[in-house]
Amino acid sequence: MAEMTYAAAGAAALAEMMDADRTVWALGEDLGRGGVFGQYAGLEDRFGAERIVSTPISEAAIMGIGVGAAMTGTRPVVEMRFADFALCATDELINQAAKARFMFGGQTRVPLTVRMPVGMWRSSAAQHSQSLEALYTHIPGLVVMMPATPADNHAMLKAAIRSDDPVVYLEHKNLWPLSGEVPDDAAPYRIGTAGVARHGSDLTIVTWSATLHDILSAAERAAGAGVADIEVLDLRTLWPWDKARVLQSVRRTGRLLIAHEAVVVGGFGAEVAATVAEELHSDLKAPVRRIGAPKLPIGYAPTLENEIKLGPDRLDAAIARMMS
Amino acid sequence: MNNRGNLDQHRFLAFHREMLRIRALEEAALEGLRQGLVLGAIHPSIGQEAIAAGVAGQLRRDDILLSTHRGHGHTLAKGADPEAMMRELFGRQGGNCGGKGGSMHIADFSVGMLGANGVVGANIVIATGAAHAIRLHGDDRIVACFFGDGAINRGPFLEGLNWAAVFDLPVLFVCEDNGFAATTRSADLSAGPGPAARAASFGIAAESIDGNDITAVAETAEALIDQVRRQRRPAFLHARTYRLTGHTGADPASYRPASEVEQAWENDPIARSRALLSAAGTDEETFNAMTQAVANEMKQIFEAARDAPWPDPAEGLTDVLDAQAPEVA
Repeated sequence: MAEMTYAAAGAAALAEMMDADRTVWALGEDLGRGGVFGQYAGLEDRFGAERIVSTPISEAAIMGIGVGAAMTGTRPVVEMRFADFALCATDELINQAAKARFMFGGQTRVPLTVRMPVGMWRSSAAQHSQSLEALYTHIPGLVVMMPATPADNHAMLKAAIRSDDPVVYLEHKNLWPLSGEVPDDAAPYRIGTAGVARHGSDLTIVTWSATLHDILSAAERAAGAGVADIEVLDLRTLWPWDKARVLQSVRRTGRLLIAHEAVVVGGFGAEVAATVAEELHSDLKAPVRRIGAPKLPIGYAPTLENEIKLGPDRLDAAIARMMS
Repeated sequence: MNNRGNLDQHRFLAFHREMLRIRALEEAALEGLRQGLVLGAIHPSIGQEAIAAGVAGQLRRDDILLSTHRGHGHTLAKGADPEAMMRELFGRQGGNCGGKGGSMHIADFSVGMLGANGVVGANIVIATGAAHAIRLHGDDRIVACFFGDGAINRGPFLEGLNWAAVFDLPVLFVCEDNGFAATTRSADLSAGPGPAARAASFGIAAESIDGNDITAVAETAEALIDQVRRQRRPAFLHARTYRLTGHTGADPASYRPASEVEQAWENDPIARSRALLSAAGTDEETFNAMTQAVANEMKQIFEAARDAPWPDPAEGLTDVLDAQAPEVA
């Protein structure tokens, strides 16, 4: 058992996989200096510049090189620096990585991990703040993972690197300094499993990534105020998602709220909501609701950024509405 | 380079035969298109066969090839099974990709052919990635990456060439310059002196040749393949040619005068190869036997593909993702 940050847990997971398998390597801008957020700190010293590769600012090449190298007997970990920049490599990810296995009739696999830091963070405005997970959940052929804790970042990144199919791995920038216990002997993470972050009986909240922590605080406030005993599910993998776990919980609580930092319209919450509405209509005590960002670019000034965020007031009001 | 008197007949008859096979395969595919057997678009390389035969035909089986939407010739010359290719064009069982890909996604990983590509220029960074993996593995394979003159205006061309040069990767970039970017003359839309100059600006050794002269292609490609394999650095081959058909099998190419195409037929690489071989002493009987053998091969392949069953619809559900969510929580 070790206490480490979310960033250090990612670095430890990558180091463990690189120790175990010499075909694992990482490539991205400034990785030799530890990566833009320090999530690769120390790795170049340990593994050398041949396996921790600092690249040109060429997102299409970084992703495309990852695809070609993944089809040639290696397991690349591609760093996109900011999820926003991965949009420069959409052909390489969506048309190539996601489709190669199927398109070539199963002749090849693309064991590629694509790390994309997401989320609002220190007045970073419209091109450095987005949560674009829903884009990737729409694409057949991609696994989509979003760890929320140091322990999960450790276990889930290892699972992503072990995956023979491409994984979009979205880490939240606000979580880098978050410290937590990372067990040495954790069972391997099984892709597609949600976690029960809090047990409860009145209301199920499905969430993921950094929003998990806001929801856990809100759940404690709701419990303290006698509003509701909330079950919090951390989806962890968005595709394939743990439908059985969510349905089981909502069948028991009769109420579902989905909370995510991303824009609500067309967000992955819509998929969860639609599925629960289709499967559990007669079990529901209240309409399924979603809460997230309005359909707006993210502003720079704190007053503008806060308008987009799920602050405590909006969360408390959403919970109260679910229970009314 | 064109020392006709000393032409190695044995070697160049093999190239000639490969060009005939490519031509015959694509003519069969066009016949398949006319009969409704080829279901989607095909992009013939008729007129460009010397580049495929002379470059892809000289790679080792374990070398890697990345091709384009106009890739039947490269694929065949790399050693892919033509019957599996025809079945793929017809969308049948036994196709290289089991009918999941069609013409634009033909791949044969068993011979190092890592895919045609439906997106112009997309294969350049994938090829570079394959070469980066070879560098990590530390073996002596090389990668050949074909693309057209239209691709040099795409971002991945710049990103991939820069990367291959910076990381000293064993890639032979092959620009098949057929004069057209889809249905527009590429010269009208490409600034500067051309593909080789762009490669040279990255410090990549570049050769410009007549891509319809099989001797020029074979000898230059042989030297560049050897250079890339020994030096572990990229090289660039700019091969000028002409696309004798339209962009697709269905494109009448009315955007260019018939006289231009007629003139280009006089520069047909197969006719030129035959003339060279004849001058070196190959007799009519040899050519006729070769043409007949190739025709028989393609006839048999065409019929086998035509008579092959469709893929089981359940196959459409496979080869997507291993990971499944748990059935029960």
